[in-house]
Amino acid sequence: MNALGAAALTAALLTSIYAGVAALIGARSGDRRWVDSSRRAFYALMGLMLVSVVCLEAAFLRSDFSLSLVANHSSTTTPTGYKLTAMWGSQAGSLMLWATVLSVAASSVLFATRHTHREVAPWATAVMAAIATFFLGLMMAGALFPSADTFPFLTLASPPPEGAGLTPLLRHPAMAIHPPMLYAGYVFFTVPFAFAIGALITRRLDASWIRSTRRYALIAWLFLTVGLALGARWSYSELGWGGYWAWDPVENAALMPWLTGTAFIHSIMIQERRGMLKTWNVSLIVATFVLSLLGTFLVRSGILQSIHAFGESKVGLPLLILIATVIIGSTILIISRLDDLRTERRFDSLLSRESMFLGNNLLLVGLALIVFWGTFFPLISELFTGQESSLAAPWFNRYTTPIAIGLLFLAGVGPLVAWRRVSLASVKRSLAIPLIAAVAVTGLLLLVGVDFEPLALALFFAAAFTITSVSQELWRGTSARRSLSGGSLPSAFASLISRNRRRYGGYIVHVGIAVMLIGVAASSSFQTSRDLRLQPGQEATVDEYTVKYDRAFTNLNTEEVSKEQKLAFGAVLSVWRDGEQVALLSPEREYYSGVAADPSAPIRSFFEGEATSEVGRTETASRDLWTAMQPDLSSFDALIDKGDSRYARFAATVPQNDPAAQAVLAQTQGELIRALGAEYEKQAPPADIRFNVNPFVLWLWVGVGISVLGALFALWPGAELRRRRVSDVYAARLARELSEV
Amino acid sequence: MVVLLVIVLVALVAAFVLAPFRSAEGVDVVYTEDPVLAELEARKQAKYREIRDTELDHAQGKLTEPEFKRQEAELKAEAIDLLKRIDAASPAAEGSRAPGAPAD
Repeated sequence: MNALGAAALTAALLTSIYAGVAALIGARSGDRRWVDSSRRAFYALMGLMLVSVVCLEAAFLRSDFSLSLVANHSSTTTPTGYKLTAMWGSQAGSLMLWATVLSVAASSVLFATRHTHREVAPWATAVMAAIATFFLGLMMAGALFPSADTFPFLTLASPPPEGAGLTPLLRHPAMAIHPPMLYAGYVFFTVPFAFAIGALITRRLDASWIRSTRRYALIAWLFLTVGLALGARWSYSELGWGGYWAWDPVENAALMPWLTGTAFIHSIMIQERRGMLKTWNVSLIVATFVLSLLGTFLVRSGILQSIHAFGESKVGLPLLILIATVIIGSTILIISRLDDLRTERRFDSLLSRESMFLGNNLLLVGLALIVFWGTFFPLISELFTGQESSLAAPWFNRYTTPIAIGLLFLAGVGPLVAWRRVSLASVKRSLAIPLIAAVAVTGLLLLVGVDFEPLALALFFAAAFTITSVSQELWRGTSARRSLSGGSLPSAFASLISRNRRRYGGYIVHVGIAVMLIGVAASSSFQTSRDLRLQPGQEATVDEYTVKYDRAFTNLNTEEVSKEQKLAFGAVLSVWRDGEQVALLSPEREYYSGVAADPSAPIRSFFEGEATSEVGRTETASRDLWTAMQPDLSSFDALIDKGDSRYARFAATVPQNDPAAQAVLAQTQGELIRALGAEYEKQAPPADIRFNVNPFVLWLWVGVGISVLGALFALWPGAELRRRRVSDVYAARLARELSEV
Repeated sequence: MVVLLVIVLVALVAAFVLAPFRSAEGVDVVYTEDPVLAELEARKQAKYREIRDTELDHAQGKLTEPEFKRQEAELKAEAIDLLKRIDAASPAAEGSRAPGAPAD
């Protein structure tokens, strides 16, 4: 199967080159056979990539260590689920993921537009083929230069008996899905980018390229949203520092295209309706695509220090060349088409929906620029001063929070303002109730005596305003619908939102973002964090909570020890308030032994390998009680060394090739580990414990969930039929009016 | 082995991809739209949506009666202009027009 996978990948490279060449010939000559052939080539490319992925996954499932990729990122003891997801933990695997998702997205859009875009589609096909060829070329280059580590089917001359296993930090359900979500987000932005380039080349710069690709932009946004949320969730429950967002370069790299992509999704509506912002829209999608490539570059190049990065690699330079090519090529193309990009109309008034969208766009792009500056500041400072210095979370918070408040406020104002122009009196009337509600909520928070930071208070004000604004919009819309067509309130509501999924899906997303930011504001403003050092039986007071270290525990499930090469030492903590126990938390520290460990010191190898935290947490609507712990095992050094010496002495007497003797040896290792665990439970050393009270964090995840539902609602198919029905009605009406003209 | 498999796969792909060249009828790309007409049609749809949204905005109290009347008149005028342009650009109109007559 490995041979089939490698062959499919080779054929995929040839096919993508052909797709690009055929599309270019078709675009230049207008010969439809070439265009059709290039489209078919993309379908074939998708088939070949899927064959290749299946072959690689089969190798992971078989633990086929003749493949370097499998040997370096999996092991016989890796749980099956993680074997399947280990592919994208590697560089070659993530390149394969990029190319595969691109082939699926491109095939889908080329199928959907097979009867349309006769001028733009061939150029868009050529652009997508060029990008696919780049990633496939990177992979195949790894076959010629094995040190590049990019060819997924690279074989080893002498396969090891056991693999290195998956990086422990990646053994988390959120982390299994997070990378493909982010990559899918990055890759789906390729589709609107390619069609924008096609539109620029052919000067077909009306809104048709937007109409055909806007769904892909929304799908990309949805994937990126889920990817970012899963990354935050993983960070919160696995990294042991107590937060969900650290302004880490790799987190920022995914946030930047999300911000510009959000701006793009809003601004294209103005071009569709009013024929405005054409230059802005093509520039935004180029920026979003470049930032998506930059995200891949940051993860893979190791150029910036990050908890998520995968170390230095050789794909950084080629990716940088691709990014530079896209920036230079797109800029030249946009400048050469400025005459065709001239707007058809001007803004009628500052008091209009399109002005609100423009304001939202400027803030989103401003936010992206701040994040960009903060992320690349270490490189910039090194360039100008020779010394690398980075910007920490407070710097990011200082500049991003006011902009986030402004954005949230606009998310509430936008739905209340009509398109084109409205009078100030109308706006005041629409804003009255949401403003009163926001003032009431803010006043209530101040009255109950909560000591808010001013910016957090402003965020609550904006969130209350937006939620009320959308609620008012839904209520008034439902009432209007009911007065037009009768029926009950629920049926009028259903009719209202199903007739314009895009609009109301968007409003649901606004509510989700407001709820999410309430979680962010509350959890960052009122978080209590204390570092404690406790032994069993000791307790400490943190605000109104008393934290008691009840007892130590070990997680020495022998199956888990052998399967995941993992030991876990933990602490059972009871949390009390006003004499009542409110939570029982069991944080633990997990220790992993890799194959690179010293086989003569099997116990020490656990504590010299990678370690991760499994936090203890209770989640409620009002607050999370969050703990992470790390036992101070220095007093166990002598015991560990003694166990290893016993093991080594026994191992010296056991024949290497006798399976029965080796089983006895493994049993001895198990006994020694159990003895160590028993000692830990009996005489537990002090543990460093971080105890956090994080208010309202649950609302962050709820907000993400609402946003995802809103985006899914906006994406749900079926709008075409309704649009036709509406069109028929208006066409008949206009026809009557036309006859009277 | 790999080389042989590559040859087989490339041959299969070639058979699928080169189908449009095998016969004059082999092209399955049938463009159902004229780009200019398609754009005008899309603009018409967008205009209808604008009219519908303006009516809803009015019903929701976002627009006063005079604002609504003015916008509605503007939108309908723009829609009628689009309908005329579509008529002028459609093949039926081209056929019925006298030779040499102006398109609009």
